[in-house]
Amino acid sequence: MLNVAVDPAKVPGLVVEKSTGYWGGVGQRFLRDKVAMLTAAIVIILLLLAIFGPLIAPADPYASSILKRLKPIGFPGYPLGTDELGRDMLSRLIVGTRLSLFMGITPVLLAFTIGSVIGIVAGYAGGPINTFVMRTIDIFYAFPSVLLAIALSGVLGAGITNSLISLTIVFIPPIVRVAESVTTQIRSRDFVDAARASGANAFTIVRVHVLGNVLSPIFVYSTSLIAVSMILASGLSFLGLGVKPPEPEWGLMLNTLRTAIYVQPWIAALPGVMIFITSIAFNLLSDGLRTAMEIKN
Amino acid sequence: MKSNASTWTDVGGPAQPLLAIQNLVKHFALKKDLLGRSTGTVRAVDGISFDVMKGETLGVVGESGCGKSTTARLLMSLIKPDQGDIIFDSLSIGTTQLSLKEFRRQTQMVFQDSYASLNPRLTIQDSIAFAPQVHGISKKEANSRANDLLARVGLDPNRFAQRYPHELSGGQRQRINIARALALQPRLVILDEAVSALDKSVEAQVLNLLLDLKKEFGLTYVFISHDLNVVRYISDRVMVMYLGQIVEIGDSETLFQQPKHPYTRALLKSVPSMDPDQRTMEPPLSGDPPNPINPPPGCRFHTRCVFAEKVCSENIPALIKQTDGQSVACLMHVKNSGHSAAPCSKISGDAP
Repeated sequence: MLNVAVDPAKVPGLVVEKSTGYWGGVGQRFLRDKVAMLTAAIVIILLLLAIFGPLIAPADPYASSILKRLKPIGFPGYPLGTDELGRDMLSRLIVGTRLSLFMGITPVLLAFTIGSVIGIVAGYAGGPINTFVMRTIDIFYAFPSVLLAIALSGVLGAGITNSLISLTIVFIPPIVRVAESVTTQIRSRDFVDAARASGANAFTIVRVHVLGNVLSPIFVYSTSLIAVSMILASGLSFLGLGVKPPEPEWGLMLNTLRTAIYVQPWIAALPGVMIFITSIAFNLLSDGLRTAMEIKN
Repeated sequence: MKSNASTWTDVGGPAQPLLAIQNLVKHFALKKDLLGRSTGTVRAVDGISFDVMKGETLGVVGESGCGKSTTARLLMSLIKPDQGDIIFDSLSIGTTQLSLKEFRRQTQMVFQDSYASLNPRLTIQDSIAFAPQVHGISKKEANSRANDLLARVGLDPNRFAQRYPHELSGGQRQRINIARALALQPRLVILDEAVSALDKSVEAQVLNLLLDLKKEFGLTYVFISHDLNVVRYISDRVMVMYLGQIVEIGDSETLFQQPKHPYTRALLKSVPSMDPDQRTMEPPLSGDPPNPINPPPGCRFHTRCVFAEKVCSENIPALIKQTDGQSVACLMHVKNSGHSAAPCSKISGDAP
């Protein structure tokens, strides 16, 4: 009988350098993606502004001046002009980054944690449990997300905590959906059957074989929700259900400056520009992450 | 590597079949209507009984959709049978005699799709070492066992242990799958189309590797394939399935040289001959197999059988052992079945 005819380990030319690992490959692909790197830089700048904002801001964001209201961009001492109470716009935009990003990221993180657990359990369990969970989640889809956030905030009352809670509730259903569908997909793969055949229990299989394969797609999807969350949070603040004045937050600033739209349209648009830049940056970043995380077959 | 004998005990002795399957049935309900009633059932496996003897290789052949893979999954207890018993070395599975976890330690499976059956996020070493760790072996020991097995299946552990599945070729991945199946030091390995997706040259290597491993570790194989040449090469006994039932089972060489069931004969004729004078002139089997949702009455093969008579659509042939030890489910081999080719109970020598 022939023994193993070719031993691949001994064939010259087949030598491949040591693997960089999955995350090494993701990092390499991400570094090569110019758009992703640019947006990553923007996100890092925003995060730095959020952390060190009060130290960087040239003026006190709360100091108002009756005499210097609604000064245009480039006014001496006020590079981005002043708002309707004569406060320095540049300082308010910088200091407002922290609260705006907080309102954008926190609900998504909370919803990511809760939604992933629900979705993975439903997806892995399958059968009646899956049907029950997913039909319950479907109820939330009956309401448009903006309306749901407003209704929940209205019921819970105004305030930062309550708007965080209502935004979290709004984001759980879509994350559960994504988590459930990727888990169902992974569950039907042969390696999960192989793990079952090895005698492992469901918890071990989910921990070792399912989590690693489903968390990154759920995470990528969740990052795309950060932009939505920022806009919804701004909307809540705009309606007076989120952050309260005189706190600098982009959505709230947009709200209070709306009366000045005919006097100083450029100043009134500035918070909107910040929201736009941030949401675009997070969207493109999640696109870049998704591309980098795709494994070639 | 420790010998297998130290990790399990042979309960029933060599004469006891390692696996005894009795009247195994698995039907899949089709899509349900609005009221939750099923609109039909696919009779994927419909009452099969067979034994797998210790140390043998049982080949399972049949067309696509005949229930081969469902049988594999039933044997592995990945899906629950609707009816029937699986007895492993005289012990019932899932009872106090033999827990499901212990059964799974002794029975492992190699899947057809070498890529889908490996977790893309785990290194080769982690994939192989996973199962031993489930059974309480320390990570260090499991890793060293994984490296031993990698070397045994012809992959240098120094080079491959830390790689990921997508960095390997199909043949290499299937070796990994074999190594993973062996990591629990099983007695029975179910190979579900394990070499079907490989190139012919790689397939031959893997087949020889399987034969070597079988000898070395005293394994028993259930080898499922649609490739008749491969089955003939590797099997001691062969089981032919058609539409969820066994039509013929017996010694491999006898079955290949003297097939009894018309379906087996047709199947064997479909293998292209190496001899130009014996080339296949007509299609041996025409049409698709009948729908397993509503299988034909009587013998399931009668719709495509050239010897079919009226009685074939009325009576269901049982799997009956013949004088040469082969078992066939065909009315032509049942005494007084009513088929014109069937033997009569009156033996000609008795008449004066």
